[in-house]
Amino acid sequence: MREITFREALREALREEMLRDERVFILGEDVGVYGGAFGVTQGLLEQFGEERVRDTPISEAAIIGAATGAALTGMRPVAEIMFMDFVTIGMDQIINQAAKIRYMFGGRASVPMVVRVAAGSGTGAAAQHSQTLEAIFCHIPGLKVVAPSSPADAKGLLIASIRDNNPVVFMEHKLLYGVKGPVPDATAPLPLGAADVKREGRMLTIISYSNMVRRALEAAEVLARKGISAEVLDLRTLSPLDRGAMIESVKKTGRALVVHEAVQQAGLGGEIASLIAESEAFDYLDAPIRRLGGAFAPMPYCPELEKASVPQTPEIVATAEALMEEGK
Amino acid sequence: MTAVAEVHITMLRKMWLIRAFEGKVDESFQRGTIHGTTHLYTGEEAVAVGACSRLETGDLFTSTHRGHGHCIASGADVRRMMAELLGRHTGYCKGKGGSMHIADVSSGNLGANGIVGGGIPLAVGAALSLKMQRTDRVVLCFFGDGAVNQGSFHEAANLAAIWSLPVVFICENNLYGMSFPASKAMKTKSIAERAGSYGMPHRVVEGNDVMAVAQATEGAVRAARDGNGPSFLECQTYRWKGHSKSDANRYRTHEEIEEWKTRCPIARLQQQLLREGILTREDAAEIEREAYAAIDDAMKYALDSPPPPLSELLSDVYA
Repeated sequence: MREITFREALREALREEMLRDERVFILGEDVGVYGGAFGVTQGLLEQFGEERVRDTPISEAAIIGAATGAALTGMRPVAEIMFMDFVTIGMDQIINQAAKIRYMFGGRASVPMVVRVAAGSGTGAAAQHSQTLEAIFCHIPGLKVVAPSSPADAKGLLIASIRDNNPVVFMEHKLLYGVKGPVPDATAPLPLGAADVKREGRMLTIISYSNMVRRALEAAEVLARKGISAEVLDLRTLSPLDRGAMIESVKKTGRALVVHEAVQQAGLGGEIASLIAESEAFDYLDAPIRRLGGAFAPMPYCPELEKASVPQTPEIVATAEALMEEGK
Repeated sequence: MTAVAEVHITMLRKMWLIRAFEGKVDESFQRGTIHGTTHLYTGEEAVAVGACSRLETGDLFTSTHRGHGHCIASGADVRRMMAELLGRHTGYCKGKGGSMHIADVSSGNLGANGIVGGGIPLAVGAALSLKMQRTDRVVLCFFGDGAVNQGSFHEAANLAAIWSLPVVFICENNLYGMSFPASKAMKTKSIAERAGSYGMPHRVVEGNDVMAVAQATEGAVRAARDGNGPSFLECQTYRWKGHSKSDANRYRTHEEIEEWKTRCPIARLQQQLLREGILTREDAAEIEREAYAAIDDAMKYALDSPPPPLSELLSDVYA
């Protein structure tokens, strides 16, 4: 199968959906001639014109709000927010408006839109350009939250998100944009809310998503050489969570380690650990559920500190090994 | 009766209907029939009725937390409105929205809004839809003087201007936010002039004169339909009642309120129609009586309606 980058996979999804459905259009800062801050929309202006690839002023509230208003009235907008940190400027529009419209209106309206956000650290961009804020959105009824880890998932999930009739926050980790992987020519939409076992294992489940899946897979490889068979479960969709897949995997392995880049305190890992602990999988646990998340500090600038603030592969390996020692 | 006279009579009916609706809501709060909170439009009827008289089929509008007037002016069913305020299943939003969230998207009402300024970007997005769908329909975007100090107003107004979108910004300047006077909340002489900085036509309108509002809206709507982009109307008016039901009116004098009541928009239109011989005193009394009867009927309908079943709690979160 051909290999393309995560960035190219996203672009293909946008292009194919825009060709398929004329209601789909793109708006955001520098998405036109510039091709998007991370190059995702490159070439789309030339193909679809200014009407459907709309450069906006630096106005995140207006970008998300206009997308919401357009979605409410028959269009299927895809808004790009250059950095996930900037979504905070448009928070009223996404949390108070887009997420709640359907419910407030008694189910007599829908808001089919996607807000694409570039997230994550590892680029030396410091505290206001490096956050992963998915926990905030997972807390909001009415929103769906998607965070792919591979090019194939990125394409299938973006197609599904565009076709979904709800507002979707689509998280793209910056370190993934250049990552290559196999993507079928004709990609079908992947169902939202379905996790994927990225590596099968017997002794421990590492539950993760987005860029941390890559580190979890690296860790699983190291662990295998040490005789520890780790399963890597990629959640892919963070709201709704695939509760069944987590329970099934943990019942099989008896140990769970949740890994995400976002700040650990009040992060999604807490929710995932609770879901497992409250489920039938509890009886199968041989050790406490462990979490690895970001440090409780704004993202520092200097590379040494930045690296130390989010889980790295050796730390995942060490935590998994320690977890294997527990409950023996 | 001429067509124009009929339009004017319809305006009078709608203004009375709003006055009667808000009177009933006020009374029902005091009695405890309605819970939660509400924001009454009493005294501002000419703005909604004048502006909405220019709406045609397929046109859209966004409203505010003080939104009952816009609903009624656009032709909403007062029975379903009252049912919504009482939290009944027959309400516009099945009782899940309440006073601040009445919407009827299929008929063009994109919703009231609990966030000051929150609906303005939505109106601009809806106008973008209309433009991309190659229609000549327009969006009326209602908001208050308080909203023009929100970033959402400035971002959305600018976007509408640069994209030349078919939206008419209608600012209901009722002189106060909750208590803070608009005159202290901004340095400019008028609110309208702020729109000038976004390069759009703007004017100040006598907001208690329904004819003036209708005429100003007509021009702005025509410009939007012709593809000439957005306009801004500042309609100066006054709310007779407190900001919400818990307002003790400490920030303004009794005299000021009474003085504004002498500029009642309904009395103004009624006197004009009497002067022109379009209306007799008996006709006027009958229109008023019918409005109050319709609201009594709406309240009866609402009281007779069931609340939503508990199964509604988790439905409609997702499409």
